[in-house]
Amino acid sequence: MSAESGPARLDVDAIIDDPRTRIVVCCGAGGVGKTTTSAALGLRAAERGRHAVVITVDPARRLAQSLGLESLDGTPRPVPLPEGARGTMHAMMLDMKRTFDEVIEEHADPERARQILDNPFYKTLSTGFSGTQEYMAMEKLGQLRRSGDWDLIVVDTPPSRSALDFLDAPKRLGRFLDGKLITFLSAPAGKGAFRMLGSGFGLVASVIGKLVGARFLDDLRSFVSAFDTVFGGFQQRAEQTYRLLQEPGTAFVVVAAPDTDALREASYFTDRLAADSMPLAGLVVNRVHPLPDGGRLSAQEAERAAEALSDGEDHALAAAALRLHAERVRLRARERRLCGKALSAHPGLPVAEVAALAEDVHDIDGLRSIGTALAGPVRA
Amino acid sequence: MSEAEFGRGTRARLHIVTGKGGTGKTTAATALALALAAEGGRVLLVEVEGRQGIAGLLGRPPLPPEERELIALPGGGRVCVLAADAEAALLEYLAMFYGMGRAGRALTRLGVVDFATTVAPGLRDVLLTGKATEAARRRAGDRRGTGGASAAFHYDAVVMDAPPTGRIGPFLNVNSEVAGLARVGPVRSHADKVMDVIRSERTLVHFVTLLEEMPVQECKDGIAEIEGLGLHAGSVFVNMVRPPLLGEDDLATAADGGFDGAALVPGLAAAGLADVPGLAAALSGEVRSHALRAGLERRTREDLAAVGRPVVDLPYVEGGVAWPALERLADALKRQGTVR
Ligand SMILES: Nc1ncnc2c1ncn2[C@@H]1O[C@H](COP(=O)(O)OP(=O)(O)OP(=O)(O)O)[C@@H](O)[C@H]1O
Ligand SMILES: Nc1ncnc2c1ncn2[C@@H]1O[C@H](COP(=O)(O)OP(=O)(O)OP(=O)(O)O)[C@@H](O)[C@H]1O
Ligand SMILES: [Mg+2]
Ligand SMILES: [Mg+2]
Repeated sequence: MSAESGPARLDVDAIIDDPRTRIVVCCGAGGVGKTTTSAALGLRAAERGRHAVVITVDPARRLAQSLGLESLDGTPRPVPLPEGARGTMHAMMLDMKRTFDEVIEEHADPERARQILDNPFYKTLSTGFSGTQEYMAMEKLGQLRRSGDWDLIVVDTPPSRSALDFLDAPKRLGRFLDGKLITFLSAPAGKGAFRMLGSGFGLVASVIGKLVGARFLDDLRSFVSAFDTVFGGFQQRAEQTYRLLQEPGTAFVVVAAPDTDALREASYFTDRLAADSMPLAGLVVNRVHPLPDGGRLSAQEAERAAEALSDGEDHALAAAALRLHAERVRLRARERRLCGKALSAHPGLPVAEVAALAEDVHDIDGLRSIGTALAGPVRA
Repeated sequence: MSEAEFGRGTRARLHIVTGKGGTGKTTAATALALALAAEGGRVLLVEVEGRQGIAGLLGRPPLPPEERELIALPGGGRVCVLAADAEAALLEYLAMFYGMGRAGRALTRLGVVDFATTVAPGLRDVLLTGKATEAARRRAGDRRGTGGASAAFHYDAVVMDAPPTGRIGPFLNVNSEVAGLARVGPVRSHADKVMDVIRSERTLVHFVTLLEEMPVQECKDGIAEIEGLGLHAGSVFVNMVRPPLLGEDDLATAADGGFDGAALVPGLAAAGLADVPGLAAALSGEVRSHALRAGLERRTREDLAAVGRPVVDLPYVEGGVAWPALERLADALKRQGTVR
């Protein structure tokens, strides 16, 4: 056994085969392959006997197509699986506005619900607010979990500014809706909250009015008072879902690409999950470029050989292949260096590597090969 | 101010750089700022997502939310960087128009700033885009005490490292977002001014993409969205371009799998390498994936050409982008005539 035994292997099959695993969350920086990984894990789990549902956030619709569906929407749709699959797979796309509307309708009487749904603030909040997507992803997750229709839920997280938004945004929204500003705005003029704020307050109220117009304040006030009744249930549910994520039946999979930024983000996320007692299963390093077996030629040797050949015209193809090889060896060395550096801060973190496919992921076969790579051995 | 007034005079061109996440927006925006400053002008590079991406790229500690001159080029060009921040912009704005130092702090305490950055995303966006458009509106000789330590420079161009394509439409269309909330008042008129600049012909929205299906799809969707909003799409920056190492014919053969490595054997033997058959098999696998990749790149490039925007290539930089490589990327932009 060499001293350099490398990182622990992330055993994806052990996770998805374990009936106690009920939720898998894929998170990571933008564009690293969260959606692809979620779909590949859902597919692999289904083919191995689970009844899996995948919630994705993929506005480009490419994923739907690669699953053989016309498009995805807010309702879980069955994915046609090839023969031999032992379980089932459903896929859906988070419909943020509809999920939000449903929550309102469930928690408020019809009259109040109407008031909320028609308020301009609700309209921006339910479509534009940067944390709503994350909040609603949590809400949907809670709903699917309570429904009991699936034994495994795979969650793809939204492309956010930072991977941490997925955990923070719901709280941020909660903090705002719970905060002093709301108390003040919803309090009738001249009462409690006003005094609490002390000097400078009168000026503030008139300035807000001046900045945005009195109508704005009226809209906000009526929104807040209508929303107030709904909010308790809302906050409570978000907290429940948050706790659900801390249970041992949840597995967080952090996805990264082998570049500095994505690995840095993955490293932050890993620390953060530990700090929040969230069960981290491991790290997927996606789109790596392993070297082929048998080609143990160093970059310099390959360059030198290509150099030697380029004098004559006869071996242009071999020279090009050697140059290509030299490039791949240097790329792989860099990937390994970056990963090694990132992992040195997280000893014992299990890792799976997925090689970059030569082409995009088009279809079920492409997703399956990603799944196979996720479960396969770490390459040189 | 009317749109016609923006068209003339010395108002800086505003370049907004977007694209799918991770395709190289920050890198391309920085290279563009360098290219624009190469002739000797002063360029402002603005970051709006609070991620300190530009500082990271330039190998600097986090930047404060003020205009800082960071790069002096040999030809006399200057690049200033602003890490825009909604809270700082709001306080500055209040101080500027209302002389509200103390009340501004009260607002922070009250959570108004939280408010601006949460429940009313339109306000947040208008504050951020407002920083870039305000800088773009300054003309030579204009000098206004905008508060803070930053002197108000006049710029020849302003470059914005913008949010990804998934969020660019609502981000730039601040007017309609704000309109639903603030129907009158200074916030509304500020939004109108911002929108005038964004809609003007001197403002271009550039798209960064890779030669892969998903980023290209997002780029095409993004251009359609931007044009649908009445804004002007600029160039498509194709990032991380590698020259193909093989000729067309060889690429086609290799991609079809019609190439098993036997063709490499004589060459590898001539180079005096050991284990020629094993090596040939290994290298032919690499050649095949290179060829498949080249095919994907060719198809996606054709797809992009159909969009009808100028396409500009940024070369792939082995080992990641840092300072000297940024200059190379800037040169590539200049050579391809992106800079006017
Ligand atoms: N191993 C792989 N080999 C080749 N292509 C891949 C691989 N993994 C992902 N891709 C491709 O990379 C692109 C980005 O992947 P994906 O959309 O899954 O990323 P994401 O993290 O969900 O992005 P976003 O942050 O924008 O949601 C897609 O075009 C996908 O097909
Ligand atoms: N031309 C290039 N050659 C090699 N690497 C590059 C090139 N352009 C960008 N990169 C690398 O790709 C990664 C992403 O680049 P960058 O941060 O500019 O993207 P971005 O679109 O701003 O990402 P985000 O969506 O996270 O803001 C970085 O690690 C960067 O060094
Ligand atoms: Mg995604
Ligand atoms: Mg960036």
